[in-house]
Amino acid sequence: MSAYRLLTLDQVKEGDELPSLTQHVTATTVVLGALASRDWRPMHHDRDFAINRNGVRDIFINTPNNAAWFERFVTDWTGPRGRLGRMKFRMNDSVFPGDDMVLGGRVTGTSIDAAGCGWVELDLAVSVQGQVKTSCRARVALPVDAADNPWDRHGERWQP
Amino acid sequence: MTDTIPEIPPAVLALIGVEQHPEESTFAIEMGYVYNTCAAVQNGNPLFWEEAVARELTHGWITPPTMMSVWFRPHYWTPGATGERLALQAHFDLKRLLDLPEAIISGNETVFGEPVRPGDRLRAHQIVRSISPVKTTKLGRGRFWVIDLECFNERGEFVGRDTYDCFGYRRNAS
Repeated sequence: MSAYRLLTLDQVKEGDELPSLTQHVTATTVVLGALASRDWRPMHHDRDFAINRNGVRDIFINTPNNAAWFERFVTDWTGPRGRLGRMKFRMNDSVFPGDDMVLGGRVTGTSIDAAGCGWVELDLAVSVQGQVKTSCRARVALPVDAADNPWDRHGERWQP
Repeated sequence: MTDTIPEIPPAVLALIGVEQHPEESTFAIEMGYVYNTCAAVQNGNPLFWEEAVARELTHGWITPPTMMSVWFRPHYWTPGATGERLALQAHFDLKRLLDLPEAIISGNETVFGEPVRPGDRLRAHQIVRSISPVKTTKLGRGRFWVIDLECFNERGEFVGRDTYDCFGYRRNAS
């Protein structure tokens, strides 16, 4: 088994910035994401439909794939013991082929709940040329120490 | 169509808080779509690629939490199926029942419960939580509504809840 990244709650504090991630978006990026999420709607794979029916400039990244990008971005930072508890996002605008999509984020709080689970609150965003396209608030469980594993929590011990 | 948006019919008000549209995941959960999803976003989380890590941390393979809605999306085509198959039926019901031809989903919140594992069969239902009075936005006049999609596994464990903030409207006259 290869070594994996382990981020514990004591290593995180409010105001910390997550390492940003830049992805050049192509038509393949959009279509791969749409089909992987079983989203067959034409505005995510048919450029003529997107332009002529939706009135946008090209096909664009679909919402479930947007969520998958946020998940990847967060767990790149936490390592595999990081466990998503909650995500809330708001779509302001679309991301198109040709865009350089930048994912960024900041820690807005940390806590330990009554069941002993460590939590970090994050403000995340997908931006293109400095314009926020999608904003996201995430609540992510982190181990409180190297022996802890949030994935072992179930029932009353898991309160996202 | 007139410009007057009708009152909310009593039959629609009666739907608020009621479980509707029970459904099961389209197929037993499998790892093929997990690899497709991870590849699409270059997600190298070893939970989805290294069995030893999955065994140590999650007692076997799990699927990425953000894939919850993926498992309920209908096939593009099935033998004998007719008509468009819609992923969030309660949303399209409200568009029709409230006579609001356009609609957007403006926000989404997901709460994640038990992880979804290969072989799981999931079930879900939709609940309309609220419908607003008539509002005017830059898109047009209409109503906001909130729909929850609650999901459980075959053991009855809570898997997650997707909450959709929607706005159904008529376009402003140009």
